[in-house]
Amino acid sequence: MAGLPEHLLRRSAEARAKAEGRDVEEILAEMKGEAPAPEAAAPAPVAPAQPAATPAATAPAPASATGGVRDIATESAATGVPEALLQRAMEGRARKEGKPVPTMAAAPAATAAPVAAAPAPAAAAPPAIPDGVTTQRLLTVVKAGAIQQVKSSPADKVNVWPHLLAIEFVALMVVMAGLIIFSVFVDAPLLEFANFNEQPNPSKAPWYFLGLQELLSYFDPQVAGVIIPTFGVIGLAMIPYVDKNPAVRPSDRKLAIMIFSFFLFGAAILTTYGSFFRGPGFNFSFPWVDGIFFDF
Amino acid sequence: MANGNGRVGLKERLSQAGDHIRSSEVWTSIFRPGSPFRYGYTDSPRNRSYVIMNNVLYHLHPVKVKRHAVRLSYTLCLGGLSFFLFILLTITGIFLMFYYRPTSPQAYLDIQALSTDVAFGQLVRNMHRWGAHLMVLTVFLHMARVFYHGAYKPPREFNWVVGIVLLLLTLLLSFTGYLLPWDQLALWAVTVGSNMGAYAPVVGDQVSFALIGGVQITPDTLLRWYVLHVLFLPFIIVIFMAVHFWRVRKDGGISGPL
Ligand code: HEM
Repeated sequence: MAGLPEHLLRRSAEARAKAEGRDVEEILAEMKGEAPAPEAAAPAPVAPAQPAATPAATAPAPASATGGVRDIATESAATGVPEALLQRAMEGRARKEGKPVPTMAAAPAATAAPVAAAPAPAAAAPPAIPDGVTTQRLLTVVKAGAIQQVKSSPADKVNVWPHLLAIEFVALMVVMAGLIIFSVFVDAPLLEFANFNEQPNPSKAPWYFLGLQELLSYFDPQVAGVIIPTFGVIGLAMIPYVDKNPAVRPSDRKLAIMIFSFFLFGAAILTTYGSFFRGPGFNFSFPWVDGIFFDF
Repeated sequence: MANGNGRVGLKERLSQAGDHIRSSEVWTSIFRPGSPFRYGYTDSPRNRSYVIMNNVLYHLHPVKVKRHAVRLSYTLCLGGLSFFLFILLTITGIFLMFYYRPTSPQAYLDIQALSTDVAFGQLVRNMHRWGAHLMVLTVFLHMARVFYHGAYKPPREFNWVVGIVLLLLTLLLSFTGYLLPWDQLALWAVTVGSNMGAYAPVVGDQVSFALIGGVQITPDTLLRWYVLHVLFLPFIIVIFMAVHFWRVRKDGGISGPL
């Protein structure tokens, strides 16, 4: 307890004295290391009915340093974990292993564990917490990492303000300016009033569907209009679950890049073809010969 | 405080008035600690954190990001630009809504009037149209950049799927808007486009019936697509964008470096 200010130690000692019903000075001395604080002495006043030798507390912990029998009280004193939690953990473990559940008050004979000695405490444990003391109960410990990445490996970081925000602001201004200037000079198309009786030739879908429309001239509508787009979208959505390669460096994921690029370029070519190389009747035409049949 | 002839100059008066306003309660209540607009702002590491932390931007940006993430060459700003274009389209779209009635033939007449009778009408319509095409493009390119960076790999798998939904919604937004001018281009592009959907087995007819409100496009379709375009789809896409941005941060910020 070296280095702690006296008044903090005292406050802590007072609190503990109140909780354990002991003398402040005694605890204070103990904290400062002046009086020997016997390991087993600490929990004893808390729960008189379960002295250090509580037999039920025999977790057959094979990995335990003591090599076998350990009891709750000493373990609690050694690790600082509250006894109630240790008890619960042990019960849980016993339940999982199919052993009878040991309870503090129950006869230890019921547990088949290698009990050293000591008779069962006959009475149920009285409430270990004196009146007027508020305690808190640890409900559960939630491990992080399920949704949230909490790995805090040191990283080279910069402040969003001003570094990122400045860049975003400039990007935004550039695009805005570009869009305004373009809009000043190029008007959005507006053809004649919609006429149900007069279909323009050719009729084209919006440009982002022209790849599909192009496919329509090769395949059955069921295939080009339904199967390919449906599988396309599902396939796209499944990429992360199919591509199990953890690498991100392009040189380590050549196959994935090749496949994706194949479809990307395929779509781009089909779209360009459908946009600019299809004339009346959706027949092939050179844009520089027959003109462009395309509107945004 | 006083200049040569013992009187308080205009410049001092202005700066005093400025200080006075900026230290007033109203001003202080608007600009939270760390805001560069706040009285007595200094450029310190702490204030640089506060700028974000005490700002509504904290919903979008963390206080710090990995150094490589601010390099323009990493994200090319494509996701951010898609979002910015969406905002721009919302603003210009609201402007257009003041002048547009989704009935036939009024819709066409309104669009026509926009370019002749309304101040900046043609410009705003152009911005809305070109911005929409640009957004489809930036969303596509954003998807490609995410792919080539392998940025969809764990833990970002689900955000990729959210992204696909955003892509589809973006296309739908663009497509529903395409019909609204109610001219030959709109009518027949949408006819061709939605005919493709009608080939779907089993549900094809029902889908196209529900979408265009009949067996073929009619003036009723106009109202239906108008509502989808200005209300329903934006509402849905905003929700998915919120999830998308939230996941970008919860998945540990931007991916990389390569
Ligand atoms: C309306 C459409 C979309 C908007 C507004 C949007 C916005 C954003 C923004 C602002 C980011 C932060 C990084 C960056 O700017 O690149 C981001 C990241 C991301 N987006 Fe999108 N996005 C959209 C569509 C998509 C699509 C279509 C996909 C993929 C199919 C996608 C997948 C992702 C993924 C996986 C990330 C994380 C990337 C990383 O960590 O490097 N998003 N998105």
